[in-house]
Amino acid sequence: MNGLYLQRHAYMLRVAVPYGLLNTAQVRALAYIARHYDRDYAHFTTRQNLQYNWPSLKDVPDILQVLADVEMHAIQTSGNCIRNISADHLAGIALDEAVDPRPYAEIMRQWSSFHPEFSYLPRKFKIAFTGAANDRAAIAVHDIGYRMLRNEAGEVGLQVLVGGGLGRTPIIGEVIHEFLAPEDMVSHAEAILRVYNQHGDRDNKYKARIKILVKRLGIEEFRRQVEDEWKHIKDGALKIPSAEFDRIHAMFQPPAYEEKSADSEALNLALSADAKFARWYEQNTTDHKIQGYRIVYVSLKSRFRPPGDVTSDQIDAVADIAEQFSFGEVRATHEQNLVLGDVALDDLYEAWKQLDAADLATPNIGTITDLICCPGLDFCALANAGSISVAAEITDVFEDYDRIHELGAVKLKMSGCINACGHHHVGHIGILGIDKNGEEYYQVMLGGSAADDASLGKWLGPAIPKEQIAGAVEKVLDFYVQNRIGGEEFLAAYRRLGREPFKEAVYGAN
Amino acid sequence: MALIDSKGLSKSQFTFSEDDAPLAHSFVTIERWKELGKPADIGVRVESGVTIEELVELGIHRLPFISLHFPKFADGRNYSTARLLKDRHGFKGELRAEGDILRDQLFYLSRCGFDTFELKEGQNTDTALKAFADFSAVYQTAADGLPPAYRRLQ
Repeated sequence: MNGLYLQRHAYMLRVAVPYGLLNTAQVRALAYIARHYDRDYAHFTTRQNLQYNWPSLKDVPDILQVLADVEMHAIQTSGNCIRNISADHLAGIALDEAVDPRPYAEIMRQWSSFHPEFSYLPRKFKIAFTGAANDRAAIAVHDIGYRMLRNEAGEVGLQVLVGGGLGRTPIIGEVIHEFLAPEDMVSHAEAILRVYNQHGDRDNKYKARIKILVKRLGIEEFRRQVEDEWKHIKDGALKIPSAEFDRIHAMFQPPAYEEKSADSEALNLALSADAKFARWYEQNTTDHKIQGYRIVYVSLKSRFRPPGDVTSDQIDAVADIAEQFSFGEVRATHEQNLVLGDVALDDLYEAWKQLDAADLATPNIGTITDLICCPGLDFCALANAGSISVAAEITDVFEDYDRIHELGAVKLKMSGCINACGHHHVGHIGILGIDKNGEEYYQVMLGGSAADDASLGKWLGPAIPKEQIAGAVEKVLDFYVQNRIGGEEFLAAYRRLGREPFKEAVYGAN
Repeated sequence: MALIDSKGLSKSQFTFSEDDAPLAHSFVTIERWKELGKPADIGVRVESGVTIEELVELGIHRLPFISLHFPKFADGRNYSTARLLKDRHGFKGELRAEGDILRDQLFYLSRCGFDTFELKEGQNTDTALKAFADFSAVYQTAADGLPPAYRRLQ
């Protein structure tokens, strides 16, 4: 269950980053490992974890020691167990949040760590949390997704989705519980896992995820079986005492925010004086729930590196900047970027200068070039097509920042094989690499979403050879720009117009 | 092939009986046990995939001995079967794990309620015995009754 895999060229080590949260000592340790034991870089994944692509097997014990020294590990980042738990990367700081999900994710992390009964499941098991109105954690495509809510009385509860997932059989999760009391969250999860452990398919690994069991039984019957199991354990030792909630909540106290004005003269001056900074401010920062602060995205989607890759020096730079301007905290997002959660408005210009100097300020968050991509044929033993080189071609086509801003919010997600590590089914534009008689071809799908309006994309047409794929994406987006109404975003325009006109735009009228 | 429990070599007298008439302290396949008229004083070997409901319906949870067989280490169904036998259905006899069992699984198996472990050919007994002390604290409740971290801290 230690995430060490033999890949195409070398071993890959996957380090767990629970709910994407890192302190700067941990960030520096990650840089140290990249510098001393890998090829001077590391890769952030679509589950807020970090991978090293070139460690030597003999160094792995030393690497694990470096990790352990900063309370990190690679446990349960592979194998058919409950994997590292992910959560909204803006947890605790987002304006649209009802409940900070991190204490609940932490309780679930503890329960799932070294679970004696659920470490040899039919298949891997992924859990995600959000507590916000806008789902940034893609909970609908997880084995279990939790949405923290408040009812009219102000009490906290969890809406529980089960059976979502991507891979070969993409399915949107269904609601198994509308409003679960937090004290019951662990017993309820144990009931779900116990039903799955006993009845999930173990003969065919492509039918072994819980989504297939839920689909086969139907959500009603699956829920009945879970409730039947749950009633035996609900009021036993798995009930979480309120003192434990208090203890865990104490670990997630907000940093020492200062009382600040909503308006910063230093910021206003910089915005009017420096157009490059102003563009970054508009694209890569967002509102904070505390007045006088802003959330900063650190773009790991530069033209000069594959999506999600960071060099050792860049990782150290992020630690430096976080220490100076963001209370020493760094967050990893499932879209393969980082977040500095709490930057004062007065400090934004200086933070940007340092990020920009480290090539961490590409102003493209949420745009076409902020694309998600798996390691593909360049690294992965499963892939049948490259994703990184195609990502580079697309990034080159859309190198003009005015153009990508004009295109607005477009989520492009790309996988090098049907296992869908690049989440192509839920990209507004999804791209899947396939092997066609030894040549790399790509299928394009449109209309997917991993947000609250979760939907799976639809195939556009026949597979496209590698050299034409960036052009095809361009045709899709040109058609969108010509046909959008007012400020209509790409996904809305696609949903209004339907697949056919886009198909025609890419493949011609016949 | 050594038979151990969490303390050392096991003194359990239950052995598998192939074809002979069942002796005291032997265990047999479920099929043979049925043929023998479901005697209450011997044990059975249960293959993976037999559900807890089937075991309880047959009254197997009232026998003095059950061995759950692991055809391959990745087949984790018997972890749940063990917990349900011990926690819910009042199985009081000896619960044994047989088959493809790895050293790193012994701690988890023990937590799920297994009492004795049939090590595979070539598995080192001393190394295996150390597995029961792999962790000094646990995060969850299980069949072993150890208090989880959140109850120890209060």
